[in-house]
Amino acid sequence: METTLSESKPNYLNISTTIRSWLLTTDHKRIGILYLVSVIFFFAIAGTAAAMMRLELLTPRGDLVQPETYNKLFTMHGVIMVWFFMIPAIPAVLGNFFIPMMIGARDVAFPKLNLASWYVFIVGAMFTMGAVVTGGIDTGWTFYVPYSTLYSNTSVVIATAGVFIVGFSSIFTGINFIVTIHKMRAPGMTWFRLPLFVWSNYANSLIMVLATPILAITVLLIGLDHAFGIGFFDPSTGGDPILYQHLFWFYSHPAVYIMILPAMGVISELISAFSRSRVFGYKVVAFSSLAIAALGFMVWGHHMFVSGQSPYASTVFSFLSFVVAVPSAIKVFNWTATLNKGHISFKTPMLYALGFIGLFTVGGLTGVMLASLAFDVHVTDTYFVVAHFHYIMVGSTVMAFLGGMHYWFPKITGKMYPERWGQFSAIIIFVGFNLTFFPQFILGLEGMPRRYYAYPPEFQVLNVASTAGASILAIGYILPLLYLVWSVFKGAPAPGNPWNSPSLEWQSTSPPPKDNFDEPPVVTHEAYDYAHMAQAQGALDG
Amino acid sequence: MTGFNPLPPQASTMAVQVDALFYVLLGLSVFFILLIAGLILYFGLRYREGSKADRSGKRDGNLRLEFFWAAVPFVISLSVFYWAGSLFFTDHSPPPNTIDVYVVGKQWMWKVEHTNGYREINEMHVPVGRPVRLIMTSQDVIHSFYVPAFRIKQDVLPGRTTELWFQPTKPGTYHLFCAEYCGMGHSAMIGDIVVMTQVDYETWLNLGGAEAQAGMSPGEQLANQLGCLSCHKLDGSGVGPSWSGLFGSQVTLESGQTVTADEAYIKESILDPNAKIVAGFQPVMPDFAGQINDTQLTDLMDYIKSLAQSQ
Repeated sequence: METTLSESKPNYLNISTTIRSWLLTTDHKRIGILYLVSVIFFFAIAGTAAAMMRLELLTPRGDLVQPETYNKLFTMHGVIMVWFFMIPAIPAVLGNFFIPMMIGARDVAFPKLNLASWYVFIVGAMFTMGAVVTGGIDTGWTFYVPYSTLYSNTSVVIATAGVFIVGFSSIFTGINFIVTIHKMRAPGMTWFRLPLFVWSNYANSLIMVLATPILAITVLLIGLDHAFGIGFFDPSTGGDPILYQHLFWFYSHPAVYIMILPAMGVISELISAFSRSRVFGYKVVAFSSLAIAALGFMVWGHHMFVSGQSPYASTVFSFLSFVVAVPSAIKVFNWTATLNKGHISFKTPMLYALGFIGLFTVGGLTGVMLASLAFDVHVTDTYFVVAHFHYIMVGSTVMAFLGGMHYWFPKITGKMYPERWGQFSAIIIFVGFNLTFFPQFILGLEGMPRRYYAYPPEFQVLNVASTAGASILAIGYILPLLYLVWSVFKGAPAPGNPWNSPSLEWQSTSPPPKDNFDEPPVVTHEAYDYAHMAQAQGALDG
Repeated sequence: MTGFNPLPPQASTMAVQVDALFYVLLGLSVFFILLIAGLILYFGLRYREGSKADRSGKRDGNLRLEFFWAAVPFVISLSVFYWAGSLFFTDHSPPPNTIDVYVVGKQWMWKVEHTNGYREINEMHVPVGRPVRLIMTSQDVIHSFYVPAFRIKQDVLPGRTTELWFQPTKPGTYHLFCAEYCGMGHSAMIGDIVVMTQVDYETWLNLGGAEAQAGMSPGEQLANQLGCLSCHKLDGSGVGPSWSGLFGSQVTLESGQTVTADEAYIKESILDPNAKIVAGFQPVMPDFAGQINDTQLTDLMDYIKSLAQSQ
C-alpha cells in the first residue's frame, strides 16, 4: 500500500490550523467535524437532562426536582435530542464527510451553502438554548396546543423560533446532497455502483427538503398564536387543536425516517465491510430506502388514534403503517442474509451493527404492535411508546452513529482507535440500553403514562431497574468519548484502508488530502466488489 | 397474585379481547426476534473470519426469496390489522342502554357528573356488568381519559365532545390516569374508577352519591368524595399540606410570611388555592369556586376543625 504514514503529506487537517481557517472553511470534511463537535455537545446536554429525569423517577413521589422543572427537563431532552442531535448526527457529520468521497467528488455541490447550514444550525441552537436560559419551556417536544399556545407561560416563542431556524439547516444539507449525488459522481460511478449509504442519504435528503417546510409553517403558527393570540388552534375562536396535531405529525413522522434512514445506510456499509460480502439484494435494499421515504409521508395519523380523529381515518393510517414496515423488514432480512457465507469479524463497528439489527428489530416489531389499532389504544401515551421510540432512535440511530464513527475514525483522524476498548464499550452500551428501556415496555403495558413526574408505588420496581440500566448506559457513552479523544492525539497512525474495503472513500489517504483524492478517481467496479479488491491486492502483492 | 403479569388487571369486556390480541402480537414478535437473532448467531459463528466452513455458492441476492420474506410477514400482519381494526370499531360502538356519565377534564382534576345530578371529583362509581358511556369535554387543554384495567383511552378536547364506553366485569377500584400531558399537575390528575356490585351501586345511589360510610361526618364524606384527602393525606405524605392539626396553627407561606389558619384562610384556600401557597408545596390544587355550595363549605370547615385536636 502506498500510504501508511500521513504526517509528512499535506492533508485536510494540517493544511491550515488557524481557528479562522476552520470557521470559514468550505471543505465538506471540516464542516463535518464542526457538526461533529456541535452534535456531541448537544447530546451531552440532552443526555444530562435524561439522567436527571431517571433520578427523579427512582421514587414514586416527586422529591429531587419540582414538577415544572421535571416538565422542562423532558421538554429540553426531547427538543435538543431530536433537532440538535438525532436529525443532524449522521447526515451532517458522516454524510457531509463521506458522501462526496464515496462518489469520487472533491466537495459537495454548494460548499458555501454547506457552511451556511452549520451557521444556521448554531443560530437555531442559540435560540433554543436561549429558551433554556430564559426559564425553559415545559410543553414537551411536541408543543401540543392549546397548552403551548394559551396555557404555558414558558419560553415557547424563543424555543419554537430555534426549531424554525434549525429546519433551514436541514433543508440546506438536503439540497446539497441531492444535487451532489445527481451531478458530481466520478466517471464510471453509476447509480448502482453507489454505496448504500449514499442511497439512504439520498432518500433521506428528499424527506428533509419536502417535510421540513411543514415544520417551519407549524411552529410559525404556534409562535403567532402564543405571541399574538390569533387563534389558529384555539377552539374558542373557531380554531382546531387537532389540526395542529395533523400538521405536526405530517412533519414529525417523516422526521423519524430522517433519523433512521441514514443510520440504515451506515449499517449496510458496516455489515458489508466486516463480513466481506456484497450487501444481499443491493437493488432491493436501495429501493427500500426510497419506498420508506415515500410511504413515510402517509402514516402520520397513527400518532392520533385516540386524539378524536375519525376511526375510519385511523383505520387507513393503521393499514399504511403495516405497509411501511415491509421495506424495513426487507432490510433486516437482507442484512442478515449478507452474513451468510461471509468472512465475519467482530470488530467494534460490526458489534454496533449487529446490536443495531437486534434493537431495530425490537423497535420495529413493537412499532407494528402500536400500528394495531385496539392495542395502541391501551398503550399509546404510556411508557410502551417511550420504550418503542427509544429502541428506534437511540437503540438504532445512536448505535449506527457510534458504529460509523468507529468505522470511519481512521479515515477522519488518520489514527486508529483502541479495538479492545471499542468492543468493550459497544457491549456495555448494548447491555445498558436494554436494561434501561426494556423495563419501560412493561411499565407501559401495566399502564404507566409518560411524562409523569410522580407515579403510583406499584411502578417503582421497574423504574428503579430502568434508572440502574441508565447508569450503565451513561458509562457506555462516556467511554468512547474518552478513548476516541485520546486516540486523536495518541492513537497509532492509520493506514489508508485499514478494513481493506473496496468502497471509494478508503482509496484515499488517511486523513484525506483537501481535495479528497490525489488524482480524480475513475470507477470501474461496484461499491462492494470484494473479488475485484482481492484481485487488485493479488496484483500488488505479486 | 400468582406469578408475574405484565398486564394490569382485566376488568372490562374489552380488556379480555385486547389481551388476546397482545399475546398474539407478542408471540409473532418473539418468533421474528428469535429467528433474526438465531440466524445472526449461526452465521456469525459458522462464517467467522478464518473458519473453514464451505462458502461456495454464495449469492448476492435472490429476488424470489426476498419477495417471500417480504410477503409472508405482510400477509400475516394483515390478519392482525383486521383483528385489531375490528376491535377498535367495537371501541367506538357503544351498545344501546348505556349508563351515561358526563366527564369534564380541567387542569388538574376530573369532574364527573351522573345523569341524576350526582357529582364526583377524581372518582367515578359505576356498576359491574352494565355498559357505561362517557361523554367528555375539556375546560382548558387536551387531557386523556385512561383506565389501564379497562384497556381504554380517549383524548378529551376543549371545544368538542368525545365519547368512550366500557363494560366493567369485576368489582374493584381501578386507576384513572390523565394520559395526555397537560401541564404542571399532569401526574396528579389521577383518580379512581370504583366498580361496585349492582347492590352496592343501588345503595350508593340511594345514599345520594356517597358510599355507605357509617359514622362519618358530612364533612369527612365530602372530603372523600371530592378527593381532598388523596392529596391532603392526614399522615402528611401527600402532595398537599396535611389537615391534621391544621386549624388554628401558624402556617408559613412560600413568600416567607406566616398566617394563622383561621376560617377565612381555609375558605380562601378552598375557593382560590393559589392565593396563598404553603412553603414547600406546589400550586397544583384546582380551585373549587363554583364547585361546592356554602353548606358543603361549612361541612368541610367543620371537618377540618375537628382534625385540629386529633394530633
